[in-house]
Amino acid sequence: MIGCVQGAEARRRAYRGRMIEIEGLTKRYGEKLAVDGLTFAVRPGIITGFLGPNGAGKSTTMRMMLDLDNPTAGTVRIDGRHYRQLRDPLKYIGALLDAKAMHGGRSAYHHLLCLAQSNGIPRARVHQALDTVGLTAVAKKRAKGFSMGMGQRLGIAAALLGDPRILMFDEPVNGLDPEGIHWIRNLMKSLAAQGRTVFVSSHLMSEMALTADHLVVIGQGRLLADTSMAEFIRRNSRSYVRMRSPEHERLRDVLAAAGHTAVPAADGALEIDGVSAGDLGELAAGHGLVLHELSPQQASLEEAFMQLTAESVEYHAHSDTAGPAVPAGPAPGPDAAPPPPPQPAEAWGADWQRKKGR
Amino acid sequence: MAVASQVLTSEWTKIRSVRSTVWTLGIAVVVTVVMGAAICLLVKNDFESMPVRERLTFDATSTAFAGMGLGQLAMIVFGVLVVGGEYSTGMIRTSLAAVPQRGTFLFSKIAVATLLAFVVSLVTSFVAFSVGQSLLGPDLRVGLGDPGVLRAVFGGALYMTLITLFSMGVAAVLRSPMLSLGILMPFFFLISNILGAVSATRKLGRYLPDQAGQKVMKVVTTGDDVPYGPWGGLGIMALWVIAALIAGYLFLKKRDA
Repeated sequence: MIGCVQGAEARRRAYRGRMIEIEGLTKRYGEKLAVDGLTFAVRPGIITGFLGPNGAGKSTTMRMMLDLDNPTAGTVRIDGRHYRQLRDPLKYIGALLDAKAMHGGRSAYHHLLCLAQSNGIPRARVHQALDTVGLTAVAKKRAKGFSMGMGQRLGIAAALLGDPRILMFDEPVNGLDPEGIHWIRNLMKSLAAQGRTVFVSSHLMSEMALTADHLVVIGQGRLLADTSMAEFIRRNSRSYVRMRSPEHERLRDVLAAAGHTAVPAADGALEIDGVSAGDLGELAAGHGLVLHELSPQQASLEEAFMQLTAESVEYHAHSDTAGPAVPAGPAPGPDAAPPPPPQPAEAWGADWQRKKGR
Repeated sequence: MAVASQVLTSEWTKIRSVRSTVWTLGIAVVVTVVMGAAICLLVKNDFESMPVRERLTFDATSTAFAGMGLGQLAMIVFGVLVVGGEYSTGMIRTSLAAVPQRGTFLFSKIAVATLLAFVVSLVTSFVAFSVGQSLLGPDLRVGLGDPGVLRAVFGGALYMTLITLFSMGVAAVLRSPMLSLGILMPFFFLISNILGAVSATRKLGRYLPDQAGQKVMKVVTTGDDVPYGPWGGLGIMALWVIAALIAGYLFLKKRDA
């Protein structure tokens, strides 16, 4: 017991300054582990992206963070306390989990008013929040008639109501038109710029690349990466040059002689890291080589992300019975794996098939 | 911890800002009063031709409450929608994120709805009684001052309030308004009456919440062989209500929202 207490004390010290701490969070539905021993912290004052393919356990994790679902194991702490221990939780955390989580028969104004009253938030804030999301004109209209985008805005107004330091959004851009997506992106950035903590989930890497400062990636309920966005980009956005020549073997020799490592690609081209296309072109010209292709390439973050999560699926399929979770901490993926091949989508689909057939 | 007074205010806002509240409670009042009035009118006109036995056991008070059997269904809908509406709309997740203390949340909601149901029931009961008595005419009518009458009229209000509370407990267990109504409506409209009418199940039927509770509205009990009095019957009903509410609370506390 004493050891336990000391351990908790040490963790608390280590996590000082962190707003949301998730420790060993696990959720089991019957046979299926939806969330599997997640441990990470959401740091204050930045946008943390919570990334994973559909069904990875993002929403389940977020519901457990708000104490809506009971974890099978593990804990969530907000400023060191459990959600249930918070007095007036809307003043700590504002969350948008599901745009439709409201009574359609109630007007936007009354929806926000009843939430405000339950947390002792002054009525004036209701008008402010409606104004912020641009719903003042339809405040008295019943939410039933709202479009997807308006419902989303009302949900965000509810999240902003208590002027919380932490905001949580679950797939906020889903189902929105480009204008709405743009609006939400800017809103999240301005919230973070005000010094608030923003925790936002998505299954789109491209979306996260535009907004997030930090990334928490999960797949199959397990932590795959917990890294800063800059670090993730540096590791995963490999740039290289593709070269193709009818004189394949001679090109290889010339490259080898010049000290460049050429990796043959599937279609007969060569991929060269760390040299500019210009230098390689001049090198080829110097040896009188005919080139059919000389193109600088950039692996997209989307591919890197798919590669990362596809591996988790594969790993999971082969070692289902082995208990221990992926160790929490720095990303295991990018280091262990070679740079992404050009067909990540196919690899992902193949994994799915294999898993299905199991 | 959420402050109970804040949650009560919030629940009051919730209940008054949806149309179903006005509709269900309004229908409960109208149906109970109008049906009771119609039955009183019929009885007054046919009283002379009724069998002697029925004339001797005639209960002017409970005749005025003849519409309550139908009116209570509207109260059941009200109770079910107050609780079940949270689930069917998905509002429950927003509500519990705002008030994570689930006991405070549920019992504040129930308290507000119960108070409103009681006020409406009290008005319904007194209006149904006075309209019914005035239609029965000077020969048949009873007054509030007669023995047992005030108890029956007040008891009528308590009965309707308890039936609302019971449906809120059931809705908290079942979560789906459709499922709750699909079970409660036929139960109180048909099954309970059938069980009470068939001799084999009559002894069992009179311990059902509605049959036990309705005892409080009867003034003339001649030829009645039930083993409990008016308050005893209401007590049995209250036990059902308490059981439903405890079950509802436990389910809300344990389950994922």
